[in-house]
Amino acid sequence: MRSKIIPLLVVATFATTALTSCAGATTSSALDPSADVTKQTLVVSNWAGYYPEGLAADFEAATGIKITIVNHATNEEIMGKLTTGADSGIDVAFVSGQYAQALNEAGLLQPMEKSMIPNEKNLYTEATTLSYDMGNNYSIPYAWGTTGLCYRSDLMPTAPTSWNDLLNPAPELVGKTTMLSTERWMALPALKAMGMSVNSTNPDDLAKVKTQLLTTKKTLLAFDDTTFYSKLISGESVMAEAWDGWCNYGIAEDPNIKFVVPSEGSDLWVDTMTVLKSSQNKEAAMAFVNYILEAKTQAWVAENILYKVPNEAAMKLVDPAVLASYPNLTMTPAELLKQETVIDLGEFSPQYTKLATEVMAG
Amino acid sequence: MLLVFVLAPLVLILGYSFFQRGRFGGVVFNFSFDNFARLIDPLYVNVIMTSVGMGLVVTILALALGYPTALAIVRLSPKWRTIALVAVLLPFWTNFLVRTYAWILLLNNAGWINQALQGMGVIHEPLTMLYTPQAVAIGLLYMYLPLMILPLYSSLASQDAQLVEAATNLGASPWRVFRTVTFPMSIPGVLTGCVFVFVPAMSNFVIPELLGGGKTVLIGNLIRDQFLKARDWPFGAALALVLTLLLIALLVAQQRASKRLTDGPEERKVSSRA
Amino acid sequence: MRKSRLAKFPLWLTYTFLYVPILVVVIMSFNASKNLFVWRGFSLEWYPAVFADGAIMTGLQNTLIVATSVTILATAIGTLMAVGIHRYTRGGLIRAFAIAPALLPDLLMAVGLLSLFSLLSMTLGLYSVIIAHTTFAMAFVTAIVLARLANLDPSLEEASRDLGASAARTFWRVTLPQLAPGMIAGALLSFTLSLDEFVIAFFTTSPTSPTLPIAIYSMVRFGVTPEINALATMLLLVSVLTVIGAQRLTRITDSL
Repeated sequence: MRSKIIPLLVVATFATTALTSCAGATTSSALDPSADVTKQTLVVSNWAGYYPEGLAADFEAATGIKITIVNHATNEEIMGKLTTGADSGIDVAFVSGQYAQALNEAGLLQPMEKSMIPNEKNLYTEATTLSYDMGNNYSIPYAWGTTGLCYRSDLMPTAPTSWNDLLNPAPELVGKTTMLSTERWMALPALKAMGMSVNSTNPDDLAKVKTQLLTTKKTLLAFDDTTFYSKLISGESVMAEAWDGWCNYGIAEDPNIKFVVPSEGSDLWVDTMTVLKSSQNKEAAMAFVNYILEAKTQAWVAENILYKVPNEAAMKLVDPAVLASYPNLTMTPAELLKQETVIDLGEFSPQYTKLATEVMAG
Repeated sequence: MLLVFVLAPLVLILGYSFFQRGRFGGVVFNFSFDNFARLIDPLYVNVIMTSVGMGLVVTILALALGYPTALAIVRLSPKWRTIALVAVLLPFWTNFLVRTYAWILLLNNAGWINQALQGMGVIHEPLTMLYTPQAVAIGLLYMYLPLMILPLYSSLASQDAQLVEAATNLGASPWRVFRTVTFPMSIPGVLTGCVFVFVPAMSNFVIPELLGGGKTVLIGNLIRDQFLKARDWPFGAALALVLTLLLIALLVAQQRASKRLTDGPEERKVSSRA
Repeated sequence: MRKSRLAKFPLWLTYTFLYVPILVVVIMSFNASKNLFVWRGFSLEWYPAVFADGAIMTGLQNTLIVATSVTILATAIGTLMAVGIHRYTRGGLIRAFAIAPALLPDLLMAVGLLSLFSLLSMTLGLYSVIIAHTTFAMAFVTAIVLARLANLDPSLEEASRDLGASAARTFWRVTLPQLAPGMIAGALLSFTLSLDEFVIAFFTTSPTSPTLPIAIYSMVRFGVTPEINALATMLLLVSVLTVIGAQRLTRITDSL
């Protein structure tokens, strides 16, 4: 019996991938602006705690479209699920910009139907020319920010200004700093400190980064993507490489925590909304994207999630008291755009994963 | 039908190991052995060695702690046996991340253990326990200890109590009874438990990250990174194939050893003596 | 007396090791601070919060459905497989294949099963998680029951058959009771593993039917909250009460 199954499965293996690769071509259908969206049901996957609690109910009340919002924890997870070739059942997925780029390259995304998203006008003009998707053809920005140093001003002798303060720390800081463990952000401080691009695809650059990071590793408390701000609050660490929004969670608990973008510059990351080509509810999906872009929805995100939103109308609504408590929320689009936008590096991407492995295992 | 659900996914994934990563992820069907050539990189060989070492340490600790525990459970009255067995598993009905975070609270420099030890005056400077390979070993031991105790229990409980009694009545010391009767008959359970602990200990990727501070990389982290981070499924599949081959070899060796030891002269000697 | 106390020492050592982190979880569920790493006084606010959390309650319900189904399926199929393998095969390879799914990296199983489900055009849902979990859980049952079978005395079955019992009757009356400890151990393990499995469940469920670990994982993006500790504490309490209740019940039936 088994002898018959195995050849069958080999054939099946080919079939699956063949299906995966042409999935885009077969299921794409034009949008019908006159479709009755109230007959459609949406499934949206977003990061947990990254949207207003009553979003589903409010959206349903406003549009009559039934919606289920589900959560994912990381980009990697949702990408894994979206790219296996199976119908994920998801209509709208929130992913970071470079992941949207990769999804689009894989033929999995539906182009944005701009006639159905009039609220796009609320976006800053700077947010329409982002290099991973010029003109927001298949992704619409939801939140954005940068990476910097999050530190305890009361426990540091002097405020950090440079990535080198983290990479080659003063003796009293040894064992009290953390770095991000996701490959692109692990490489970022060293790349920027040496004047290289965060999107560098030069193997020599990466070799230099590796040497630097292997030295830095000896001085680190840990590589940490998730609880670095808790370590700052408890005083276990005094300085962390951190995303601005997450540093704000630390500031919320302890005002001694401060955020700074090092002088050598940093990155611009963008979290976006994408509509899957496999969706059967594309018109409703566009209506959802449009709804999110309303000023009050995104103002809520800025005030409660403490992330900057690329929505000019929304940022104007944010309570000035919140802005005063979390100074990095006031970074202007122009300041953000000075940073380098992270893009997917295609076939070079595995080199970064390998670099991260070399550093962590070294 | 069952074979389909067990073997098909395996064959599907392992098939990928001969193909290549697309520019932005996905799989391109160019047949090659490239992925296996990449494995020979000292980096990956090194990680595999570290994983095997970590697996061995955790397995030995689990056996050292699990065997006497399983033995003690078997010797309880039948009423208490089930309770004791359930008590081994109850902690695992709470979410595994929750349990792992509890270890972070226990082990960190300002953590509960350090505070307790300093309070008692045992130490004056906090011990660095968290974010070390030792912390990873503790976390893995905690995670997989039940996988050692259960097969041991199953195999020890099936032993004929009369055999032990007979040996004792004939004047054998407790140690001698253990050495010549109890232990040899529990070898299938020991081997099953060892494989159950050894293999998953190498393929866990959350504990090295949370308790090892990302400074310890095991083969599980490698596979996860290839599948989810680099989106390099073919290379991830090649790595998984290595692990799977190692696993099958271990299982076959385990079956052989267990068969040899239970059918072998050892048991005949024991039973003739009993 | 001295001997039995000595023999019980490892029991206490193991239970201390197993339950100290659980104690931490219980204590931290009363933390007033939302942040796990900082103690900001005693609070009971997280307990009602658990019940108000729709994601947790749906997840809990789904998880219990999955874990219960998996336990029944895996124990039944796994035991039959073990008996079949024990009786009819000699070589180690088939045994190895039967046990392998228990030990394969979860990510490999997850991606493989999802590819397979999509190949068979199956719609994802709780039942696909049940199938997926059963594949590895039954392998655990098979392995544990096999370890027990290795020590069983075949003469009992022979005697039963010699005395005229049918093969089915022998299986029910003689073989199964002997396998019971292995089956109980296997069933408990299946339930435990399915209850807390994340990776395979994430890949093989539909987005609209998340299990509890999936709900929890997405919440701990910012670290474990006292709410999740409160949930863990309550689940633990319910389990302990169930076990004590079951024990009382057997004691009553025993005395009858």
